Amino acid sequence: MRNALVSAENLQLTLKSDFSSEEQALTNNHSSGNEEKPSRGNEDLKEMLESNKESLKLEAMKRIVGLIAKGKNAYELFPAVVKNVASKNIELKKLVYVYLVRYAEEQQDLALLSISTFQRALKDPNQLIRASALRVLSSIRVPIIVPIMMLAIKEAATDLSPYVRKTAAHAIQKLYSLDPDQKEHLIEVIEKLLKDKSTLVAGSVVMAFEEVCPDRIDLIHKNYRKLCNLLVDVEEWGQVVIIHMLTRYARTQFVSPWREDAVFDENSEKTFYDSEGRRVDQSKPYIMDPDHRLLLRNTKPLLQSRNTAVVMAVSQLYWHLAPKHELSIITKSLVRLLRSHREVQYIVLQNIATMSIQRKGMFEPFMKSFYVRSTDATHIKTLKLEILTNLANEANISTILRELQTYVKSQDKAFAAATIQAIGRCATNISEVTDTCLNGLVLLLSNRDETVVAESVVVIKKLLQTQPSQHSDIIKHMAKLFDSITVPMARASILWLMGEYCEHVPKNAPDVLRKMAKTFISEEDIVKLQTVNLAAKLYLSNSKQTKLLTQYILNLGKYDQNYDIRDRTRFIRQLIVPNEKSGALSRYARRILMAPKPAPVLQSAFKDRDRFQLGTLSHTLNSQSNGYLELSDWPAVAPDQSVRIVEVVELAGAPLLGKSKPGKSAEKFYSDSEEEEEEEGSSSEDSSSSSSEESESESESEENSDDSNKSSSSESDSEKKKKTLKNKKLQQQKPDILNITYLPPQIIQKALLLFIMTKFFSIHIVLAFSNQFVANCRCSLLCLCVFLACQFDAVSWHVRVSLQASFPVFVPETSHELLHRMTGKGLSAQYRFTRQPCIYGNSMVSLQLTLSNSSDQALENIHISEKSSTGQNIHRFNAIERLEPQASVTVSMGVDFNDSTQAANFQLCTKEDELSVSIQPPAVGELLLPITMTEADFTKEQGKLLGMNESSATITMTPENISSQSVNRKVVSVANLGVIPSSQENIHRRCLNLTKPTFWNVIKKTNCS
Amino acid sequence: MIHSLFLISNAGDLFLEKHWKSVISRSVCDYFFEAREKAVEPDNVPPVIRTPHHYLINIYREKIFFVSVIQTEVPPLFVIEFLHRVAETFQDYFGECSETTIKDNVVIVYELLEEMLDNGFPLATESNILKELIRPPTILRSMVNTITGSSNVGETLPTGQLSTIPWRRAGVKYTSNEAYFDVVEEIDAILDKSGTAVFAEIQGVIDACVKLSGMPDLTLSFMNPRLLDDVSFHPCVRYKRWESERVISFIPPDGNFQLMSYHISAQNLVAIPVYVKQNISFFETGSSGRLDITVGPKQTMGKTLECLVVTVHMPKVVLSANLSATQGTYNYDPVTKILVWDIGKLNPQKLPNLKGSLSLQSGAPKPEENPSLNIDLKIQQLAISGLKVNRLDVYGEKYKPFKGVKYVTKAGKFQVRT
Repeated sequence: MRNALVSAENLQLTLKSDFSSEEQALTNNHSSGNEEKPSRGNEDLKEMLESNKESLKLEAMKRIVGLIAKGKNAYELFPAVVKNVASKNIELKKLVYVYLVRYAEEQQDLALLSISTFQRALKDPNQLIRASALRVLSSIRVPIIVPIMMLAIKEAATDLSPYVRKTAAHAIQKLYSLDPDQKEHLIEVIEKLLKDKSTLVAGSVVMAFEEVCPDRIDLIHKNYRKLCNLLVDVEEWGQVVIIHMLTRYARTQFVSPWREDAVFDENSEKTFYDSEGRRVDQSKPYIMDPDHRLLLRNTKPLLQSRNTAVVMAVSQLYWHLAPKHELSIITKSLVRLLRSHREVQYIVLQNIATMSIQRKGMFEPFMKSFYVRSTDATHIKTLKLEILTNLANEANISTILRELQTYVKSQDKAFAAATIQAIGRCATNISEVTDTCLNGLVLLLSNRDETVVAESVVVIKKLLQTQPSQHSDIIKHMAKLFDSITVPMARASILWLMGEYCEHVPKNAPDVLRKMAKTFISEEDIVKLQTVNLAAKLYLSNSKQTKLLTQYILNLGKYDQNYDIRDRTRFIRQLIVPNEKSGALSRYARRILMAPKPAPVLQSAFKDRDRFQLGTLSHTLNSQSNGYLELSDWPAVAPDQSVRIVEVVELAGAPLLGKSKPGKSAEKFYSDSEEEEEEEGSSSEDSSSSSSEESESESESEENSDDSNKSSSSESDSEKKKKTLKNKKLQQQKPDILNITYLPPQIIQKALLLFIMTKFFSIHIVLAFSNQFVANCRCSLLCLCVFLACQFDAVSWHVRVSLQASFPVFVPETSHELLHRMTGKGLSAQYRFTRQPCIYGNSMVSLQLTLSNSSDQALENIHISEKSSTGQNIHRFNAIERLEPQASVTVSMGVDFNDSTQAANFQLCTKEDELSVSIQPPAVGELLLPITMTEADFTKEQGKLLGMNESSATITMTPENISSQSVNRKVVSVANLGVIPSSQENIHRRCLNLTKPTFWNVIKKTNCS
Repeated sequence: MIHSLFLISNAGDLFLEKHWKSVISRSVCDYFFEAREKAVEPDNVPPVIRTPHHYLINIYREKIFFVSVIQTEVPPLFVIEFLHRVAETFQDYFGECSETTIKDNVVIVYELLEEMLDNGFPLATESNILKELIRPPTILRSMVNTITGSSNVGETLPTGQLSTIPWRRAGVKYTSNEAYFDVVEEIDAILDKSGTAVFAEIQGVIDACVKLSGMPDLTLSFMNPRLLDDVSFHPCVRYKRWESERVISFIPPDGNFQLMSYHISAQNLVAIPVYVKQNISFFETGSSGRLDITVGPKQTMGKTLECLVVTVHMPKVVLSANLSATQGTYNYDPVTKILVWDIGKLNPQKLPNLKGSLSLQSGAPKPEENPSLNIDLKIQQLAISGLKVNRLDVYGEKYKPFKGVKYVTKAGKFQVRT
């Protein structure tokens, strides 16, 4: 029935819009006919925008976007468009956003009208709406809203959704380019976001870092290891940016791995003999910083990326950071990129060209991949040629020359000319083939194509300079060719050769000069200059034959139109022709003109490119581009390594094995106050211990201090002090901010101490859920309540569609033993609740299983048996084929506990054995999943759940535990709950979810005794 | 990073502009036009052009130049890779990426570009996510849209971007679950005059079309994984498992995607499936030439060669060709100087031959180099490297999907020098 109504409505709408679209078509034609008067067409658009039909508005916006795309002006429509910013229609809204971002700069006052809409959207419960509001707000380049943007960014940076935080990172760059004065504040935000553990945020915030404060390398220290570990899971574009940044970072922080060379190793005996203190120190083998190694290890898999930019980024990282003998692994990947698009080839070949100069060995086995195809673009061909030339050595030169010979015949003459130059370079670099090359080039002199001949002449000239005496016949041959060659550069080269080696060709040179005297006037300038040179040299060596000719040429040159030539003529005349005014110089004329000249070195055009970081725009252009960040040299002494020591964040994918500490979560509770104090002081305190801790604290302001309860008289003075300090701090903090801080290991010890003391004086209610949680006895009471609540959940529910699983507030590190190594015959297993939404199924709880082999034999084929003894649905991990002795592996699996605390029993099988194990949910709290909702929703849902569904318990607490913060901590540590912001200060609402939502209220009453 | 994007047709018509930061005047493209003119062939335009205040990084695809404007240092490959991704997205959405389709769908193009970059930094480039944000146009939908005025923007907001598996959308449902894999290998080779291989290698890709419900976790294994010399994977593949077990384990994106590409280097002997006997000569006098090409099978593993095409880029002086083919058709385009001989299926009993004379421009010197031949071919049901898929396992879902693997060998950059 309802459907029918809707469709009827639609029909009506259809009829209407159909009509109007016809109307539009008419006006459309009209306006397109009058392109000269866009205002006319825009009038129509304005009318359409002001109508109250969505479809008409949408059509108008589409046409406006079309105008923008064509680069036509549509800015006078601004007032009409901006009115639709709050539209309900998503597409219309998006198009309005597009328009707004494009024209806000030109219509600043009117753009302000839209700001309030975005401000409202920033508070929307939907993360995507929050994100898109921030995106558009920050894209509006209107200086007056800078403070609003700043506020929005700061707020978004602490948003629970990583997607919103990512958008905040993008907004940082936009705000910075709009108002660079905000730099200091933005750096604070960047600092905060750098600590973010989400892979979504990492790439964007590093990008912001690079743009705003690339010199603040100190911000990276603490996040270095985390970034390295996250890298594989970051989206590909972020990977590129992070890798480039880490390359720069590593160059400032680690010592050079290149210092140690193989020679040193071989001569270790020698160093042994003259081992005098320092000497030994120097020859001490280089030990790579583990962080340096971490970076190299974690970037290596990315060489297999499908994204060429990522592969290039890793390659340059290895080039700049890896020890020389490890470089070879990048070769294959780079060669693979050559199969990609033309533009990719171009960039990759450029980088290979630079690399191949320094390290031929790297690419030599792949030489054939650089063979030129006739279908390649010219710039690709030239680059391949460059690389082939770089790779040439005694062993492969014959193959390369044969290949080059085929290129000379190419129809692409520019390429043929480049090939000849390449042959010349091979000839000078490898003396064995100089003669062969020279003969080959001489053969080319009879080529029909002029550019080929000219290029050959130029190259031969350079080659001859290295060994002129043996090649007078070649010079003679060239003298003969002189008449047929017309390319000025080639003619000039021959003339220069004649003059320079006129002693070797005493008969030909004067004849060439004679010919030149005839055609002097019609020659190019460069040829004229060389003619004057030739004349002068001949005058000095063979004045009898050439005196008159020389004077004739000098006379011609004197009246030449080009002042260079006139100048040169005048100079030569003064130098060589003796007259009464000639000074001391003319005596040395012979020595000046006929001085032996060093042979030119033919070298690669890529010789000096290595001053730029590979893979950068500057390297491609061979000139520094804006914003290029210089790669620093290795420091002689490594800076303090300890700055990077952070509590390594345990990643879902790669947890530290065997490091789970029982009772860790308990420590955390108490450590918070210290942690904050400590951070104010010096945060970089380190200890040798590698123990690590992360703690997310959630703080809410707490005012209702209770004075009545004095029961904790035994509390030590020092503790009291701390307590007051903590309370003060809490007052300053804003409510509901997720605060992530890292805790230096030193503090953990203190915290543990405190913990023991407080435990001693607390109320002891021990519930047998799990051994680890006994310590947290007071929290266990809360646990009990949850448990009770679950027993009563039999009433049906309205399932809300918009419920979203939010991220866990707190993830305990505690592992539980699944299988002891004794029972498992060497195989031991531990499990841990990750509190992440399970990817295998909605009703499943995700678990992380750490399997380790403590026997001395490898275990094979570890898997979970197909048959499950209980009714639980288990998502098995993929069978592990082989586990080496002393190795361990982490896998994730999902278990559907059916919302009960019944243990999940299953068989863990190896090749030989079948071991029964059971996973016991330590507390019902692990079965929960927090969901995000507003307070209003919460109250509404909760309202449906009174009476039988309700269970409550009262807990007596010691005063030191009364703060909402500490209550929160305890609650989240035993149960996977979320917090819902509350307006009332003494009520903390929690929302949780089994398969059906359950609600949790923690109402704190003051004065409980 | 990327400041603006201009789309310019091969004819030099600037038909779309998009700015992600402040507006840059389109006059900046004049530098590009200058370079374009200098390069003569569109392929020869340098990918990176420097102007006094900006850098232009461009790609040329499907007769369109994608010119992006950069202001500060950025890895050029980053931009190039992204531009190609944009072109691929257009292709994915509109079936082809051409000037007309872009002009016809200018609003969708604009919406796509808006989602793909934020402030010049890539935001959403996975086609699975984009398709949730902006629905690709279909004939049916465009008709419905014009009638009802409804939109092509997704009503619900996508969740894929937020999950740990950004390449797969949640809640995929199919009535028939199927997973198909195409192993496509291309032979890159250069043969010299005598027919011996100067250089030969195999480039392979595995294209997948996976239409499976839910969140399947697939494992693909090979009979002979050691064959694969160098591989690159779609981000969904777990690299660690490849390293340790040489199996490909992944949660697939929904629909068509390229799972992996691999490379089998010249070190291993690469089978060359075809041989060419050719004789092209130009006479010193009479401004003419002769051409005689015969193609025959070599190492085909008993399979037939299909879609055989020989392409010759003739020297500029060749005016026309008067040839006769025993099989297939030939066509000589005197403007582009390209001779195409479409043979089709190769019959080993009766080898195809193309013979005849070429007439040259009178008076011009004879070309000194003989043109090289580019060969295109296809062999069905054969991976020339011998790679074989062993099995495909589905974990995480209960249904039994329909599975299939297809092998094809093609000629890649296969060139015969003459």
